[in-house]
Amino acid sequence: MSEKPEHFIVDGKRLDGRSVDELRPIKIKLSPLDRADGSCYLEWGRNKIMAAVYGPRELHPRHRQNLTKAVVQYRYNMAAFSVDDRIRPGHSRRSIEISKVGRDAFEYVVFTKFFPKTAVDIFIEVLQADAGTRTAGINAASLALADAGIPMRGLVSACAVGKVDGEIVLDLMKEEDNFGEADVPIAMTAGGKITHLQMDGNLTRDEFYEALKLAKIGCDKVYKLQRQALIERYSKEYAENGGDATTRPEGDADE
Amino acid sequence: MGETPRPGRKVMQMSDDVMAEIHRDYLFNLVLKGERDDGRAFDEFRDISIETGVAGMAEGSALVTLGDTQILVGVKIQPGEPFPDTPDVGVIITNTELIPMASPEYEAGPPREGAIEIARVVDRGIRESKAIDLEKLCMVKGEKVWIIFIDIHVLNNGGNIIDAASIGSIAALLSTTLPAERYGLGEDSPLPVRDIPVAVTAIEFGGELLLDPSLEEGKLAGTVYTVITNSDGSISGMQKSGAEPLTIDQAMRVVDMAGTAAAKIREKFLEV
Repeated sequence: MSEKPEHFIVDGKRLDGRSVDELRPIKIKLSPLDRADGSCYLEWGRNKIMAAVYGPRELHPRHRQNLTKAVVQYRYNMAAFSVDDRIRPGHSRRSIEISKVGRDAFEYVVFTKFFPKTAVDIFIEVLQADAGTRTAGINAASLALADAGIPMRGLVSACAVGKVDGEIVLDLMKEEDNFGEADVPIAMTAGGKITHLQMDGNLTRDEFYEALKLAKIGCDKVYKLQRQALIERYSKEYAENGGDATTRPEGDADE
Repeated sequence: MGETPRPGRKVMQMSDDVMAEIHRDYLFNLVLKGERDDGRAFDEFRDISIETGVAGMAEGSALVTLGDTQILVGVKIQPGEPFPDTPDVGVIITNTELIPMASPEYEAGPPREGAIEIARVVDRGIRESKAIDLEKLCMVKGEKVWIIFIDIHVLNNGGNIIDAASIGSIAALLSTTLPAERYGLGEDSPLPVRDIPVAVTAIEFGGELLLDPSLEEGKLAGTVYTVITNSDGSISGMQKSGAEPLTIDQAMRVVDMAGTAAAKIREKFLEV
């Protein structure tokens, strides 16, 4: 593990040159996978995430079916080579917890009542990890669901906020995540309803409120990128040009 | 709940899920009138009792009852190797067992996501509050540290396991002795505990926020939101679960309710 930096913020700039309310660059590519019903490849800083959605499809074993709605299943998995020290393949306690709250983040938006007895399967593979993989996974999953044509209330957009050098900052990078004072991953609908919220570290009540407000700003920025990616993927021009990834060098699509 | 209800031998043994569903409208209408089934206010906890030292072979233990919920937390401590990336601090390992005696819904076997989530949220509160002075648990840097195992045994699931497990864990830790003599490592001493994190869980039901959900309230809740606060009122852990969303306003209201409730619990049961 790298050493703790002396300062995280110097002259209003963070270690990677960002301001406190700036996201790392996000790149989105829709439908990279052929077999899945919907898929999305997402890069966020140095995170590289692949998401795939299958379904609605028959759920096995049958006793796990719900007669009134579809069951949303979410599998978050880190590739063994995605971090510094190789991690043992398969489930860890961390990945099981992230999978559970990831599923919770989508149950509200997916119209599960339309598809009783089925499963909507969401698979997340973290290919390269660089802080914020669970929120990156949620953003990719949201787009993969849309790409699969699953009826939803809307997209879910996620980002982390945290605290370093006593300041609330948006979208923690690795050093800030490892040595910072708090980490709050959040996912919201475009209307600001929170579907995912965790927190660790130490924050006062007022700092947490500030963090929530900053998260809303961050999620709004992510939402615009997601929406833009879908429009480009499914617009007429995309079809005519043979399709290309949507690339946004910086945070805001509409600035 | 992901677990499948097993058919009971008698009709009366209907699963908790089914019974809760039958009572949904009744409980909903109560909430609209500002009431709960057991007569509590929305921000009121059920009765709490804590008995420490109940497991004599453990270095620390606490039997907690929270309403109908009973949880036994045992702390075992032994010397061992630190993690390579944190060579100079002790280790905390938290585990939850939802044993089959605690509910007709539980089955034997390795912990599933529900148990893992409880253990990780309780662990988060203790770890992030820095309640245990882990630096004092290092004996030889990179080689020998104390390893603290917190094992949470749910004996009876009467709802809101997380809060009972959190209260039980810190109560057990406050009663824990470092067993240095047994390992020939000096004299026994109390475990250095310097903060008292307390988890408070709220649910959203009928448009209201209710603290310390009973078993049935928990089953019906769309959102379960846990906030862990420390002695100075700061927050050191949170977890939202459940299929329904939460607004920013609701989140802040729970933070305020949780801080007040945790302070009361700390003052009444956990101050040393």
